[in-house]
Amino acid sequence: MSRAQQNRVAITGNEAVALAMKQVEPDVVAAYPITPQTDIVQYFSSFVADGEVQTEFVTVESEHSAMSACVGAAAAGARAMTATSANGLALMWEVLYIAAGLRLPIVMPVVNRALSAPINIHCDHSDSMGARDSGWIQLYSEDAQEAYDNILQAVRIGEHPDVLLPVMVCLDGFIISHSLENLKVLDKEQVTAFVGDYRPDARLLDAKRPITVGALELQDFYFEHKRQEAEAMVRSAPIIEAVADEYARLTGRKYSFFEAYRMDDAEVAVMVLNSAAGTARAVVDQLRRRGVRAGLLKLRVFRPFPGAALAEALAGLSVVGIMDRAEGLSAAGGPLFVEVRSALLGRPRHPLVLNHIYGLGGRDVGPDQIEQVFADLLRAAEAGEARQQVTHIGVRD
Amino acid sequence: MSERKPGWKQIPRGGLILEAGNAAQYLTGDWRSLRPVWDPEACSHCLFCWVYCPDAAILVAEGKMKGINLDFCKGCGICANQCPRTGALTMVTEGSVTAQAGS
Repeated sequence: MSRAQQNRVAITGNEAVALAMKQVEPDVVAAYPITPQTDIVQYFSSFVADGEVQTEFVTVESEHSAMSACVGAAAAGARAMTATSANGLALMWEVLYIAAGLRLPIVMPVVNRALSAPINIHCDHSDSMGARDSGWIQLYSEDAQEAYDNILQAVRIGEHPDVLLPVMVCLDGFIISHSLENLKVLDKEQVTAFVGDYRPDARLLDAKRPITVGALELQDFYFEHKRQEAEAMVRSAPIIEAVADEYARLTGRKYSFFEAYRMDDAEVAVMVLNSAAGTARAVVDQLRRRGVRAGLLKLRVFRPFPGAALAEALAGLSVVGIMDRAEGLSAAGGPLFVEVRSALLGRPRHPLVLNHIYGLGGRDVGPDQIEQVFADLLRAAEAGEARQQVTHIGVRD
Repeated sequence: MSERKPGWKQIPRGGLILEAGNAAQYLTGDWRSLRPVWDPEACSHCLFCWVYCPDAAILVAEGKMKGINLDFCKGCGICANQCPRTGALTMVTEGSVTAQAGS
């Protein structure tokens, strides 16, 4: 595949997602508006009204119905998409598990927003983190460019015959969804060629080969079904890599499970998801100029969780600070922290692992907060132990 | 059960049922933990069991009780409970039957 000519456009994160959806032109989009995802559905409904896409657009009465309609459409053999945020995602909960359990490759942008209460419309990751064990692949996006690129790759990953799992593409509410960004996009024809057709080998609307979807499975089959689903998540890892390689040949933009920034000789590093990576990168550069061996690990794929590769990438550090934009409320640290620390367990040599919870409910995270995290890591590196394992950064005492 | 059920590598993806009308192949007798044992000598062929069996698992021919279809008997014990004769229908644990068969 030869490198594609790309157009440079200035659009918001939500416009970038809507554009990706328009270029994919799914058979069915069923969606319900919720801040800060609203623009995506609004733009997409304009594409439908203006005849720019042939998609069947279903205006539903709730997110539970949006996901249910996507499940029905995907089971029928259609390529189906929706989009949501926060409480909307929460309302989809039971149907998320059904989409994954039925192995339907629905693609859903999730514009990350804090869950109520207290009610709040701004960014944190409590929504998608709550859905981390629902059987969906989760891709996280630092900016609008990555959100656009992730949507196109998500279609290929989810629909791969070895995978057949739904995929969430997460991007930070307002910080990315509503900010104007300069990004490179493909033409519709290039996207059409890249994503190809969704041709499931069994579908409800095949009258010649009738099937049953969603039958009861009791003690004698449920476990085998789940074992199979677990295997699909494992098998998605090499597919994610292969799709990223193909996408890199097309666009020049190379993605993997995570980005290791100035990690080669790093002594201390932070790990983040989504938009805070940009700020963290700038702080790392600043610290490097002062002679501090600082690094950044930006995770792109949270499900499947690349535990072994992460442990390898973090092995040389003295201390790593896992930054969670979700509390977890487990009394044991945030969700990213818990999983990374568990991935390191049993390694012959591993860094001290600290957890910094930040940015809840859209609380701004500036360079000062990330510098504070690095100061904590350096202090722990020197002392050989942490003052406390879980620290809330940027909250008033 | 003696017949091994397919493993996770053999079953269709996502619980799909790929053939039409195959529910009859699903032997609900697998669920049974108690099994009715019929003694033809003690039976009066009143057919109360046949009337009451919720799974139509009592086999009858020419007005006579002929046995129990264990492929579909779920072991509820209604037959033994309403049987007017002593010892014509006795409920025993599946475990005791399979242990006997294995010894």
